[in-house]
Amino acid sequence: MAILNEKDAMALMNKALGFSKADECEVNLNGNVGGNVRYALNTVTTSGYVDDTTMVVQSSFGKKVGTTTLNQFDDDSIERAVRASEELARLAPENPEYMENLGPQEYLEGKGYVKATAAIDPDFRAKAAANSIVPSREKGLTAAGFFNDQDSFQALANKKGLKAYYRNTNVDFSTTIRTEDGTGSGWASRDYNDVSKLDTAEASDIAIQKALMSRDAKAIEPGKYTVIMEPAATVTLIGNMAGGFDKRLIDEGRSFLTKEGGGSKVGEKLFDERVTLVSDPQNPDCPYSPWAGDGQAHNKQVWIDKGVVRTVGCSRYWAAENDLEPVPVPNSFAMEGGDDSLEELVKSVRRGILVTRTWYIRTVDPQTQLYTGLTRDGTFYVENGEIKYPVKNLRFNESPIIMLNNIERLGKPVRINGNMVPPMVIRDFNFTSLSDAV
Amino acid sequence: MERRDFLKISGIGMGTLVLPVIGRPIHAAELQSQLSLSVKKSLADAGLATARKLGATYADIRIGRYLNQFVVTREDKVQNIVNTESMGVGVRVINNGTWGFAATSGLNADSVTSAVSNAVNIAKANSKYQEKPVVLAPVDGVGEVSWRTPIKKNAMEIPIKDKVDMLMEVNAAAMGAGADFINSILFLVNEQKYFASTDGSFIDQDVHRLWAPFFATAIDKSTGKFKSRNGISAPVGMGWEYLDGRDEDKVAGVTTRYDKSYDMVEDARNAAMQAREKHTAKSVEPGKYDLVLDPSHLWLTIHESVGHPLELDRVLGYEANYAGTSFATIDKWRSGDFQYGSDLVNLVADKTQKGSLGYVAYDDEGVPTKEWDLVQDGVLVNYQAIRDQVQVIDEERSHGCCYADSWSSVQFQRMANVSLKPGKEKLSVDDMIKDVEKGIYIVGSGSFSIDQQRYNMQFGGQLYYEIKDGEIAGMLEDVTYQSTSTEFWNSCAAICDESDYRLGGSFFDGKGEPSQISAVSHGSSTARFNGINVINSSRKI
Repeated sequence: MAILNEKDAMALMNKALGFSKADECEVNLNGNVGGNVRYALNTVTTSGYVDDTTMVVQSSFGKKVGTTTLNQFDDDSIERAVRASEELARLAPENPEYMENLGPQEYLEGKGYVKATAAIDPDFRAKAAANSIVPSREKGLTAAGFFNDQDSFQALANKKGLKAYYRNTNVDFSTTIRTEDGTGSGWASRDYNDVSKLDTAEASDIAIQKALMSRDAKAIEPGKYTVIMEPAATVTLIGNMAGGFDKRLIDEGRSFLTKEGGGSKVGEKLFDERVTLVSDPQNPDCPYSPWAGDGQAHNKQVWIDKGVVRTVGCSRYWAAENDLEPVPVPNSFAMEGGDDSLEELVKSVRRGILVTRTWYIRTVDPQTQLYTGLTRDGTFYVENGEIKYPVKNLRFNESPIIMLNNIERLGKPVRINGNMVPPMVIRDFNFTSLSDAV
Repeated sequence: MERRDFLKISGIGMGTLVLPVIGRPIHAAELQSQLSLSVKKSLADAGLATARKLGATYADIRIGRYLNQFVVTREDKVQNIVNTESMGVGVRVINNGTWGFAATSGLNADSVTSAVSNAVNIAKANSKYQEKPVVLAPVDGVGEVSWRTPIKKNAMEIPIKDKVDMLMEVNAAAMGAGADFINSILFLVNEQKYFASTDGSFIDQDVHRLWAPFFATAIDKSTGKFKSRNGISAPVGMGWEYLDGRDEDKVAGVTTRYDKSYDMVEDARNAAMQAREKHTAKSVEPGKYDLVLDPSHLWLTIHESVGHPLELDRVLGYEANYAGTSFATIDKWRSGDFQYGSDLVNLVADKTQKGSLGYVAYDDEGVPTKEWDLVQDGVLVNYQAIRDQVQVIDEERSHGCCYADSWSSVQFQRMANVSLKPGKEKLSVDDMIKDVEKGIYIVGSGSFSIDQQRYNMQFGGQLYYEIKDGEIAGMLEDVTYQSTSTEFWNSCAAICDESDYRLGGSFFDGKGEPSQISAVSHGSSTARFNGINVINSSRKI
């Protein structure tokens, strides 16, 4: 089934709602069309095309809930799915945390759809792979990578009259280019809603340069270093930390935002005053759906303001139990920064390490948000504002809370994994061991 | 690629657990049915005939019905019960010496022949970038055969009420023993897979797996600290009988550990008490220690430092853009004397171990499964390889470790069960500990991280006990150890005998782009590793 417009999506969902005999019935309809190409060893290895539409029907009797899903949309199939969800609801034990469906809501206008991205064809995908493979072959390097594009829609309707629709496009590209002798490796990644912003040749060229520059890396002593972190090096650390901004976890005493003796650290200054973290479904650089999966409206939200934690997520159940306003969790975040480019940040550092990306990040201690992980695909020693030589990869054990207190300088944010993150100069970043991995 | 729905389970101590859920939810009664064998055979025949007609030099058709059931609880509440089913057909062809793959949810001859045509067209398009044609190791056609995981009680047939009652008993046991919070979950998987190829195989397999994890947390309000202890069960290729918790399968010690069946209620009770005890446990002094590692911990170290680096596709560079490559390069293997570990270390791969997650009769390209050596007496001797790679290591037959997580995913090389062989000399855990002067005994798997070539690793566990002069001296906290794969395995100084051999495993091992999951077991007896670097993970913020 092709991508449905709002009118056709609502017509299909209303058909399902018309069959409902339950106290409540809510229908989600999601569809996506897209393709991908994967390559390695300078050869396309796999490619795929996906066209998938799914309807989720949730019925409830009181606090007993049942869910079914279907991907065949004739009347009989839809009615069978509605009946099956009602049968499951009758069999299910009561869920005391179940919240009634929302009624009609006001939403911001969706900004995530770009026609040019929806028009990507197999030739475009093949060219994306070729933009890595061809120059790599010419330079005696080996390219691997993945290109993926998607045109999708989400729609929501229920018997209380709630209606929501959002259409979105995305394109993701990443490439790892290695020297034939295996002593150098470079990487670059790009993701956008608008494919016209994507230059796979430019990204591949960065990976090529990093592969060539990273050959024969030197070992340095692990320890605390000033680091220039490219956005890909910090996005997971910040995202993981922000994922813990949850009112219920704080109140239950199992969050780093829980105070000794109970209570919350929300409202306290926990980070450098240059740290401001916001989410905005209409951010032109990283837009997302203006409504959450349960129909709550996403609006612009400030999570950290000048180092002070201002907002944390709160489910509808926990809000109702505690007489609070619910706060839905956003799909992406934007961290504010400065105007400097990455190159200007490098120039500002007397002695430090430039980190392209970090890898295999895992929680060591959730209490202190201590994470471990390693640098990868381009780690360089910087002296007097210049890249001097490649260094071997390093393992870190560091908390983003400490990292975001040790900011020296922030650069201009760039998009990474759907978020906006600035490159950063951080002092005293804690590297604990060396790795021979390239 | 977001082809899958994700089940989000919030509030599990450390945040949100996001689980891949392939397929659509269905009613429980449908979990017990099977697709007709004759329908599958006729669809496969239609697809293979079309592939031959379109000039494919090889084709395989996989008709899959993938069933899952998840029961998710916290404290005294059932948060979710999800039944899912996913059915469809995946088609793989070689044309112009190049792979092509396409899939369809349509279970009719027209859809299958159309998918074959798409796969052939994709192969033709991609052949522009193919430098060398794909070469397949031969496999003998086996005709029409079938196989089923040897289960005693089909978990899909156990009533929902029994499952809910069991998890509620688990949660009540933990809460009664000092936990402030507990999440417990049941994951049940049934893969009904039909494989047919132009080699003349028509293989019908009915694969069952089960996992019952929990996460218990104890809060100390006065300090604002929280401590967790996860369950130490193994995910298994077994039926509901795994949850019988038979006395003969219990291993006594610092905490009860489990072999071929699991007492989840008892483990939850112990977990709650131990999570509470962690609040007053001594923080570890960093330094070098001899580590005594229980199988409930060692499985994950084996997985990361042996299983992944010895996947031949990683070694060759096919995973370079995502999971990475490997330190265990072909030249090291060719040398014939690369010392992966001490001479006590014997590591085997297999897809045949009863009760394991990887156990099947045939892999997803129709190759009969087997056991083979990876490391013998400490020396690297082999990798894990499938039909289009095994020539690289001078072998004529695939090892039989090809897998796809869905009918809609293309099959590729996945990890077999990789296990450490027990010590040949009689040795109990108690006798092993008696010899340790300054050590740490670790039970359960915790934090884990390793680099993209699998050199530098850092692992934690669930429970840590100080060993002083041959005796357990009390619980420790804040322990994590760092090593390199080869330093670690070369420091292996003792391995308990086969009476201590147990399986652990990963239910959701990720690999590939778009990412696929697989389930794999790792067995070992308790083993000792000398002089490993331990760091203290506590921080002040």
